[in-house]
Amino acid sequence: MAPIMANDDNAVNKLIPHLFRQEYAKMTAVLSRYFGWQYIDVAEDIASEAFLKATEHWLQQGIPANPSAWLYTVARNKAKDYLKRNQLFETKIKAAIKATKTTTDIEFEFNDTIIADSQLSMIFVVCDPINPAPAQICLALQILCGFSVEEIANAFLCHAETIKKRLQRARANLRTEGFQLRSLSQAEISTRLDVVLKTIYLLFNEGYFSQREKELVRKDLCSEAIRLTLLLAENNLTNIPRVHALLALLCYQSSRLNARTNDAGEAILYDDQDRDLWDPFLIEKGNYYFWKAFGSQELSTYHLEAGIAYWHTTRTGDKWPQILQLYNQLLMMEYSPVSAINRTFAFAKVYGNEQAIKEAAKLDLKENSYYHGLMGFLYTGIDAALAVTHYQQALTLTSSLVEKKVFKDKIAQLDSNVQ
Amino acid sequence: MNEFVFIFRNSVSEGARPSPEQMQQLLTEWMNWMGSIAAQDKLVDRGNRLSMSEGKTVKPGNVLTDGPYTEVKEFINGYTIVKAATIDEAVALARECPILKIGGFVEVRKIVSPEDNS
Repeated sequence: MAPIMANDDNAVNKLIPHLFRQEYAKMTAVLSRYFGWQYIDVAEDIASEAFLKATEHWLQQGIPANPSAWLYTVARNKAKDYLKRNQLFETKIKAAIKATKTTTDIEFEFNDTIIADSQLSMIFVVCDPINPAPAQICLALQILCGFSVEEIANAFLCHAETIKKRLQRARANLRTEGFQLRSLSQAEISTRLDVVLKTIYLLFNEGYFSQREKELVRKDLCSEAIRLTLLLAENNLTNIPRVHALLALLCYQSSRLNARTNDAGEAILYDDQDRDLWDPFLIEKGNYYFWKAFGSQELSTYHLEAGIAYWHTTRTGDKWPQILQLYNQLLMMEYSPVSAINRTFAFAKVYGNEQAIKEAAKLDLKENSYYHGLMGFLYTGIDAALAVTHYQQALTLTSSLVEKKVFKDKIAQLDSNVQ
Repeated sequence: MNEFVFIFRNSVSEGARPSPEQMQQLLTEWMNWMGSIAAQDKLVDRGNRLSMSEGKTVKPGNVLTDGPYTEVKEFINGYTIVKAATIDEAVALARECPILKIGGFVEVRKIVSPEDNS
């Protein structure tokens, strides 16, 4: 990698935070592992200082051939300095890790194995059920993905202050929990893993269905979710079927990201998408993990959702009866309003809109914009006035400008048909 | 919200056994029916089917007979648990059960809660 020219200040300033966000997360994870998770603040400070030093140095000298190694060396030295200057090691850490070594003996290795293991432990530390789901996602973004507070606030359409408070509260909770995850038993991993997978799933959804007014997708969030799941899939402790199923699901959904919005940022619905824009590499990865996921008898909601995504992404034929049955099973395993609505849509594709309207009438989801969107679709061709009414309801209930436009277009279409 | 058990009963008919296509059709309808209940967020437990081949009846006096079906004309096929505000609401769900089309019927029983007297 050629060094960026020294006078390219702006480029370097932009490049460093974005490009090395993941390196920052890795450094924090490894340092936290050495210091103990309760000293994550110290680890983050050292990582930040290393980046600060990098920025100063690289602005003058250009970015080196191996930036990661450079960063890790700086972090390593700073960590050692910190321990030397601080009573922290002698009094607390030494006792905690029952070490017989002196400060100079701790080498702060940054090899691949240690990085992967530290990141894995960090995932479990961060995805702690003591915090509500939104807080977990924020923590995951900050600590696992290296997002800044501003970037997180942007993703959630929140003020930076709100995010800051949320993070403070969440971290305080973790501190009282004790950050006790030095080594998890297989049973603990299994129970905590469900929380982890849920957090990653929600993180992906944030990116995929972003409520952010002006953007339909936040690709960053989607790719971070995949990266974290990949970490789990590649570690012997956590490469179980439902992890593979989740990974397959995320790959299938991601394969369509480029086709879901046009250049103006407007939503393109599934039937209108240009299939050439679907990413074949991601679809193939999805298939690979999908097959892996069925190695045992285990059937999770992620298996079912991956199955549905598989049908949507790879097969064009008579897929709707299969999809309907998968939604039946999914709902029987775990109810969600979105699944109920999607199931009814599949029902319509198999048995027609009139039958589906009877099914939809049984759903008690009148405050849900997607429900009214579905009803609008079902009544199209049957009762235009009712269709318009439902689409208007959907319009008022959604906060997404992109979705509002979709519903407005539908209403305009129905109105023009009447004339 | 109250919970209700659906007890599915059918009788062995000496007549024609259903073809594989009919079985597939029945299975699809059954899953659609359960899926519909689940979509309304009214499914508590999809329950279980009860074996036809492995069943015994234990009676007083050390009497043990094979299965229920030589004694009972309408034997229990299985059960499911749903939730509903009233028994009428539960009955409305049961009316759509595919077993009604093949000569079976659904017994709807409220699960007794501590507040009940019956």
